[in-house]
Amino acid sequence: MQSRPILVGLASPRTGGMLALAGVIALLPLFLSNKYFYDIVVLVGLNAIVCVGLNLLIGYAGQISLGHAGFFGAGAYGSAILASRFGWPPIAAMLATTLAVALLAYLVGRPILRLKGHYLAMATLGMGIIVFMVITTEDAYTGGPDGIAVVPFSIGGYVLQGERVWYWVVGALLLLAVWLAQNLIDSPAGRALRALHSSEVGAEVVGINAAKHKVMVFVISAVFASVAGSLAAHYSGFITPGKATFLHSIELVTMVVFGGMASTFGAVVGAAVLTTLPQLLAVFEDYEMMVFGAVMMGTMIFLPRGVVPSIARLFQARSKQQIGDKESGA
Amino acid sequence: MKSKQAGSSIKRGLAAVAAVFTLMAGTAIAADPIKVGSFLSVTGPAAFLGDPEQKTLELYVEKINAAGGVLGRKLELVAYDSGGNAEKARTFVKRLIEQDKVDVIVGGSTTGETMAVVPLVEAAQVPFISLAGAVVIVEPVKKWVFKTPHTDRMACEKIFIDMQSRKFSKIALISGPGGFDKSMRGQCLGVAKKYGIEVIADETYGGGDTDMTAQLTKIKNTAGVQAVLNAGFGQGPAIVTKNYRQIGVSMPLYQSHGVASKEFIKLAGPAAEGVRLPAAALLVADSLPQSDAQRSVVVSYKNEYESRFKSEVSTFGGHAYDGLYIVVEAMKKAGGTDKAKVRDAIEATHGFMGTAGVFNMSPTDHMGLDLSAFRMLEVKGGNWTLVK
Amino acid sequence: MSAQFVQYLLTGLTVGAIYALVALGFSIIFNASHVINFAQGEFVMIGGMATVSLSAAGLPYLLAIPLAIVAAALVGLALEKFAVEPARGASVVTLIIITIGASIFLRGLAMVIWDKRFHALKPFTGDTPIPIGGATILPQSLWVLGVTLAIVLALTWFFGRTLLGKAMLATSHNRLAAQLVGINVRMVLFVSFGLSAALGAVAGILIAPITTTSYDVGVMLGLKGFAAAILGGLGSGVGAVVGGLVLGIAETMSAGYLSSAYKDAIAFVIILVVLFFLPSGLFGKRGGERV
Repeated sequence: MQSRPILVGLASPRTGGMLALAGVIALLPLFLSNKYFYDIVVLVGLNAIVCVGLNLLIGYAGQISLGHAGFFGAGAYGSAILASRFGWPPIAAMLATTLAVALLAYLVGRPILRLKGHYLAMATLGMGIIVFMVITTEDAYTGGPDGIAVVPFSIGGYVLQGERVWYWVVGALLLLAVWLAQNLIDSPAGRALRALHSSEVGAEVVGINAAKHKVMVFVISAVFASVAGSLAAHYSGFITPGKATFLHSIELVTMVVFGGMASTFGAVVGAAVLTTLPQLLAVFEDYEMMVFGAVMMGTMIFLPRGVVPSIARLFQARSKQQIGDKESGA
Repeated sequence: MKSKQAGSSIKRGLAAVAAVFTLMAGTAIAADPIKVGSFLSVTGPAAFLGDPEQKTLELYVEKINAAGGVLGRKLELVAYDSGGNAEKARTFVKRLIEQDKVDVIVGGSTTGETMAVVPLVEAAQVPFISLAGAVVIVEPVKKWVFKTPHTDRMACEKIFIDMQSRKFSKIALISGPGGFDKSMRGQCLGVAKKYGIEVIADETYGGGDTDMTAQLTKIKNTAGVQAVLNAGFGQGPAIVTKNYRQIGVSMPLYQSHGVASKEFIKLAGPAAEGVRLPAAALLVADSLPQSDAQRSVVVSYKNEYESRFKSEVSTFGGHAYDGLYIVVEAMKKAGGTDKAKVRDAIEATHGFMGTAGVFNMSPTDHMGLDLSAFRMLEVKGGNWTLVK
Repeated sequence: MSAQFVQYLLTGLTVGAIYALVALGFSIIFNASHVINFAQGEFVMIGGMATVSLSAAGLPYLLAIPLAIVAAALVGLALEKFAVEPARGASVVTLIIITIGASIFLRGLAMVIWDKRFHALKPFTGDTPIPIGGATILPQSLWVLGVTLAIVLALTWFFGRTLLGKAMLATSHNRLAAQLVGINVRMVLFVSFGLSAALGAVAGILIAPITTTSYDVGVMLGLKGFAAAILGGLGSGVGAVVGGLVLGIAETMSAGYLSSAYKDAIAFVIILVVLFFLPSGLFGKRGGERV
């Protein structure tokens, strides 16, 4: 790696992608004329963090989860309750919540990750719905369906407030999330995961502990969702169970698949498109839902691998023609 | 905004722009329009609230403009559909404030949406009239936030007073999964004691549930229950009412103001007979005595709405009517759209006759309705009637 | 006490029968394509809403109901033709997302064509409750149970005795082999969408007089139907029916005896526990995964 010339390193899709993302984050504020646009971008960033984690599970380990909104909700409410009702410092509340969610994901993940395909989907869905029901029912703590107010995030007396501050915080965390995900993918564990995706039995035969790896990725993706949830709660200053619903779980999976499975940047693009789309479609009023559904269907029919991999293939095909170079990794 | 886009290419677009300019020139108003922002649950589970609210706002903004606008300026309605999603509502309110730069906001069909945007309007200092029910919106008082519907606590009180007069002291509660349901359940449990009422059964049902006989059977078999109160809105209460009759419960059934529309009677059918609920006079507009001070307002709103949209009026649309006119009156009083002055004028609303009752706001009361605004209604012969 | 139990049971069976019909729809499409069709709930909605608007237009039930079922079936066929067929060869997850897109699209369409309000449908044969062992049941519930039973019998005959049915069954067991013996697999896929759309519509029409219907009624029913299909074992007809009934009864029993607030959660816990011991549901295909 080190002996490779820097230029080649830059040209590799991974590093190039990281740099491109960092560039976009650095330059985007030039185009954001008011707080409303900042707000949209912060929401995109938070969703993208969840999707980068979820993509590890869906795209690389090949395990579907229809319950990740449950982890997001658990993170959001854990932080909200500890920080707002019990007066914990937000950072401590977030850490404690993240640990608790990781433990929950581990305990839940161990038995249910033995399930395959749609049965796993059902089990994760059931888990998500149970989390949602607890949140709406235990209104003494959670405020019930109407939600609760959340104190602003603060670290050692410095209060994070305002869309612009949050923009940089979320931007940095997104870069961190992407970096972590990419490192995981390139590690031996990541290779084991990909082996799992193509054939679980095959992977076991060559000595990969399938169960252990699946649970590990499940926990990691749950942690990403939980942290994003905690941040979202503090950023919004108010949280309702809407973010823990089954529909939000579906939304998250859709973002991952839409952007392109097994592509970290695809997950980011998917989050960006699907978070912004409702804002753009607001002009359609009563037809908004129809158009949204049609866009989703159309994209998946014509770009079945998702936006980013489909376009990347297009470029690759072209550059292959030009240089005759061999294809780089997916 | 739209005219600019249309002008760029086709002839038809140009013609439209020309038409817009002629219109503007015709009315000879140089000033910018007054922007009224709104975010409503036009779709989603609370669509039965947001839909009539949006229709009402559109209808009356049009009417006010046809009559020359406010202070010589036209009103412009900027409305977004939040789908009942608090997160979406929050983003749309940012858009209203930052992007659309509205002068005032009338909206928020549900309590969740409203509470999610309260910090934003407080920070941006924009007068905001919420159309949602729960008491938390105005208690404690928030400087820039007002609301027009009766609170759920008032509904509980009105019902309990009626129960008291019928000598009921032990009741059962059944409520739905939504914010409205939960909040009202909490309020009712809170004030029950004050009226000497004891809740001895407390059941709930889920969203999209198709059958509540299990919960009602449990209530039926709870010894001592004298009446049942259902806090909920949408299809749930209709199913509860049908199941109630099906398993032959004979105790009186009370519903909340959340089903205060003719639609409830249509959905529940003959099972709705004898159901009581507290609601604004709007539902019985035609049977109000001529002497009733509210009559002219509610009859005119009812006729306008029903002739325009060919559907039955509901009290929910009425809340939007009240909100819009309170704002308009306040702007007239303030002599402009200065946000602080408009806010002060809204807070000083006194004796305003709306569809929900007489509004008397004050620095400590940002709703301004009292119990007299509620009437106890009963379904008789497939229609709402006043309980004497 | 026992009258109470009978009441819970009757209610559970009625609700469960509807879940079963929706679950059957999931299973039929799953067998033909290995796709979980998340638009299944929308067929339920179309059945109910179409019947409401057709009978509001003055058509008698005898005409309105068949027309509504045909309408839903046509939507099902169109979904296969214009959304699933063109994406042939895409991964299963991609196909699932397409069906989710379709369900949002159909809900949006229904909102525009019809409206956002709830609608009541008149019961087929009156609404005088019938007493049974201290409990009561609505005539409409008998319709639900009777029609579900009839459909289960008809499907058994269809898959066991007719050429098309056998072809569909063969395809579900081994797509490639089916193709080799000359079964038109694309035809099977096409028919399966039409058939399960029709089943969904029947469920929607049967339940509408009991619960009322609206443009988004399919979301919850679709979800419960999916849960029932999984509980029973995906792709198994018996499983779908048993799964539906068990789920329905579990819900009402927990609402009646345990906690109505957590009844859905209890139902899901039951499913999780069942899956823990029987990872392919109650009647799902056992045995190793193909490598």
